[in-house]
Amino acid sequence: MRRSSLPLVFAGITALGVMLPLMMMVTVSLNPDEQDILISMGSIKSFIPHEFSLKNYADIWLDPQQPFARTMMNTLIITLSTLSLSILFNSMAAFVLAQGTLGLRKPVLLLIVATLAVPAESLVLPQLMMAAWAGLIDTYTVQVLPGIAHAMSIFLFYQFFSRIPKDLIEAARLDGFSFFQVWRYIAMPLSKPVISAVAILQFLEVWNAYLWPVMVTRGPEVRPLTVAMASYFGTNQRIPWGDVMAFSVSMAVPVIIFFLIMQRQFIASVMNSGVKG
Amino acid sequence: MSTKSRDKRQQMLMLAPALIFLGLLIVVPFFMSIGLSFTDQRLVPRPIPTRFVGFTNYERLFDDPLFWKAVGNTALFAALVVPFQLFISLSVALVLNTALPFRGMFRAISVFPLLLPMSVVVAIWAVIYRIPTGPLNAIYQFFAGSEAYIDFIGSSSTAMVSLVVLSAWATFPYQMLIYLAGLQDIPGDQYEAAQLDGANAWQRFLYVTWPGLRNVNIFLLIITTIQALKLFTQVSIMTKGGPNGATTTIIYYLFQQGYTTQKVGYASAVAVIFFLAVVSIALLQRIILKNEGET
Repeated sequence: MRRSSLPLVFAGITALGVMLPLMMMVTVSLNPDEQDILISMGSIKSFIPHEFSLKNYADIWLDPQQPFARTMMNTLIITLSTLSLSILFNSMAAFVLAQGTLGLRKPVLLLIVATLAVPAESLVLPQLMMAAWAGLIDTYTVQVLPGIAHAMSIFLFYQFFSRIPKDLIEAARLDGFSFFQVWRYIAMPLSKPVISAVAILQFLEVWNAYLWPVMVTRGPEVRPLTVAMASYFGTNQRIPWGDVMAFSVSMAVPVIIFFLIMQRQFIASVMNSGVKG
Repeated sequence: MSTKSRDKRQQMLMLAPALIFLGLLIVVPFFMSIGLSFTDQRLVPRPIPTRFVGFTNYERLFDDPLFWKAVGNTALFAALVVPFQLFISLSVALVLNTALPFRGMFRAISVFPLLLPMSVVVAIWAVIYRIPTGPLNAIYQFFAGSEAYIDFIGSSSTAMVSLVVLSAWATFPYQMLIYLAGLQDIPGDQYEAAQLDGANAWQRFLYVTWPGLRNVNIFLLIITTIQALKLFTQVSIMTKGGPNGATTTIIYYLFQQGYTTQKVGYASAVAVIFFLAVVSIALLQRIILKNEGET
């Protein structure tokens, strides 16, 4: 009896540790009265909603300075453009490296893997200067560019493509497929698991991006959600907690729903990302 | 013959975009960073042309107490968050690896923090830390029996620890899932053999699980340390490096010098030092753990 209940108790504590802050986020977001938010804090009322107003949500969705829908659209545009270009270019490159006939494929792959050692943070200043020279400050393009070539994605695609049997590829070539067509009609349809893994892993990066967008955006036009959130935390200003939490919920809910639908692939992608490192 | 040359051309065209982007956005900036660190380059060009200044930036950097404070803070953060976070991740993974009722639900819930962007996590914890009547202060007041409250973010003794707890909460699911994968790779018959030898749960952990996780531990130690060294978002939104520089990290210092005050040359020296630190820590941990495994 005790043997089976102890893990359950620990699992319950973990779930509570994760859920309490999230319940607080929802509760505060539904409370229209800033004064009441402060008073309810520190009691059970900060975790269980006792007000059900959408005023805070109206505040942020109808905010004339930075309307939430616009900012959400910015993040979606940046994320989807990055992911689609990344999957296209990185899988093509990986296919050449894995199954092509060009010389120097191994050294090129090693060089690509070596770039993984360079932390993105140490490159932002020259990247910023280049962006300024190119006149790309405050655009979507400048936020998409750094994520297009992704060494980790190339590596994951490479591993997968290396395991495609040579016979299969040769048979397709004999049927008159060009190298490009083999990638397009044979390799890519087989790689759905890698595509989703690569997409999920890079999604987490782009969705979370903060340092780069802070540097390259000036106004709210092309600003992503993460930077818009930070604007509530300027110095010497009262933070509207209700609005901030409504903003957080609006940002969190789409991803959590997406996760619950794609849970199996999501967990598998993250779990596999470690083993090969 | 013509198909063969067409083939080569196709392959080059397919390889080119990724290589061009990697070259322009990683390789070129990498060497620019090194080059700029020996100049007095500003972010916005000035009438006076940029000059080569030798090692001046590095000399000034090593003379700046705030830089050393940032190095110390970053090291302290990593030293606190890495063991704390890995301990939580491994504990949760061990629990979720047992035959547990509602296991799928518990696993899904524990992954939630990973889905929230760091800025959202910071916002949630700002409510907990910054509101004087927040839940943590309610607990403190209950036990202290007084009306006094702790300004978690505003006082230099608690600001760093607050960031450690927040960061561990935000990212532990990643390490947890990788531990879970590692646990599932340990063959079940090793546990059966240990059980037949009369090993209790703790002994089974010590002699089967822990050695079985060796490679996972090396991998996670490296990536969690590197992740900790990059601490920026939390600091930038929540503490702005304060109070009194108590949470200024290397990347925050780099951002202040290179972006806020626009001293790109000087900040590039910080970037070079940071790069060397990240690479050497990755190498050092690999060497240490390798030697340990062989003895």
